[in-house]
Amino acid sequence: MSDTEHVIIESGAARQPFNYAVGLHGSRFLQELRDHRRFMAVKCPRCAKVYIPPRRVCGACFVEMDEFVEVGPQGTIGTFTILRYAFIDPETGVQKPVPYGYGFIRLDGADTLFQHYIDIQDESRVKIGARVEPVFADERKGTVKDIRCFRIID
Amino acid sequence: MGKQRVAIVGTGQTFHKSHRPDVNGQELINEAVGRALVDADLTIRDIDAIVIGNMDHFEGINYVDCWSVDGSGGFMKPVIKLTTGGTTGSTLAIGGYHMVASGLFDRVLVIGWEKNSESDTTGAITTAFDPVWDRLVFAGAISGLAAEAQAYMARYSATDRDGARVSVRDRKHACNNPYTQLRKEVTVDEVLASPMLADPIHLLDVCPRSDGACAVIMAGEHIAEKITATPDWIWATANRHTYTYLGDANFGRLDSLAAASREIYAKAGIREPAKEIGVIELYQPYSFAGIMWIEDLGLTGYGQGAEFVWSGATDMDGEIPINPSGGVIACNPIGATGLIRCAEAALQIMGKAEGHQVPDVDLALSTGFGGCFWSDILLHGRRKPDF
Repeated sequence: MSDTEHVIIESGAARQPFNYAVGLHGSRFLQELRDHRRFMAVKCPRCAKVYIPPRRVCGACFVEMDEFVEVGPQGTIGTFTILRYAFIDPETGVQKPVPYGYGFIRLDGADTLFQHYIDIQDESRVKIGARVEPVFADERKGTVKDIRCFRIID
Repeated sequence: MGKQRVAIVGTGQTFHKSHRPDVNGQELINEAVGRALVDADLTIRDIDAIVIGNMDHFEGINYVDCWSVDGSGGFMKPVIKLTTGGTTGSTLAIGGYHMVASGLFDRVLVIGWEKNSESDTTGAITTAFDPVWDRLVFAGAISGLAAEAQAYMARYSATDRDGARVSVRDRKHACNNPYTQLRKEVTVDEVLASPMLADPIHLLDVCPRSDGACAVIMAGEHIAEKITATPDWIWATANRHTYTYLGDANFGRLDSLAAASREIYAKAGIREPAKEIGVIELYQPYSFAGIMWIEDLGLTGYGQGAEFVWSGATDMDGEIPINPSGGVIACNPIGATGLIRCAEAALQIMGKAEGHQVPDVDLALSTGFGGCFWSDILLHGRRKPDF
């Protein structure tokens, strides 16, 4: 071994067996997305903020939330960037394809921003405030990847 | 209010570099600890307890508190680890302050360190975020900061030249700091000509990754003045760790810094921060933050940060110099970075900043940034606080 070689933590072909629970609210969101291509958010009974993704507790008010509200599917670009530097995606262990559009989407009716890819085929149209709609995957499995990206419709 | 006032009585840093293959983590830590003990004229026997932190994922070592004992001097002493992402270093400082202020410990050694060269920084930062909702598109710190800058620029019509001016300032200041990593002046045009990483952030707008450690010794009020004639009194601390999910943030404004700074100003009776504070060591990982966040600190009105920076007010000879050390853009060993800001503010108060000393500093502010748009602040004073 040369003195500049990396120490590799070798896992072979093994997968990383994480099995995350998203809770009842998160599950409802993913089921609605998969089965009905609908975005379900949740509204705080105290401050009336509409949260996406939905979660059980409004952290600011520290109260439980259970009123679901359908938002989207269209929205506007709240903010965005275009990722141009190469980096290793820790989810896959390989380099993420760049460039890609990283969008924070304000779905109609929601108060928080939903993160997803933005189609950047025409970069000149990618602007804060631009109207967008989701492009759904043909086969949906109940993950955020059931949306392929958001595309600009202005 | 604690049981006793707290002062910083000694600081030490490594000569931060992109790679330190000549030392392992414990040895890197030991360099900073040794320098802090020499600075305070103490020995490790004088230390009552140790607070240490980094970000586990960067080195792939859990239980750094135990692993680091040979280097930290923690043998047979109480040692705890604090880790809060980018804010780790400033959280360490606030934690050390709490330990001394509680009256339970009189001399606490605070250590922040990182060897970013030992792993993939962007990958490690990404795993700090939610695996289901955040990680699909998140690409480490630069991606979130780029989204913040885009939102600010759209709201206030700021330009990439405005951002570049901040980078020019910090990189110039860095030339006067022998401990920092990047000591090379740049021009606005050079910043704009450097590769675009994530719109609008160019390579020269953003911090490097570094290997480095910082140690700070804090002491209770009854012994601080016996240790040094020029203690750096910690007047107040405040922090806000606000959001969990990235999409909850108010992009274009740093609400956490605004709220934490108002708490500090209220505690200390500060009405006009730009006039009353002598110097700021701002945890500013990229250039555009140097415009936005000084507005959130209340140094200037919303949308006026760029004009304030272009006026020279934040340069070394300006009304309120920011980052005399060169700041985070010149050097970023992440777990140490917030503590370096604290140590640099202490150097300014103690009159030990040598080539980057701002004259006659009575009050200094140091900040930390990290996590999901979180902020920590410490207010430092030459005079013992009367509250």
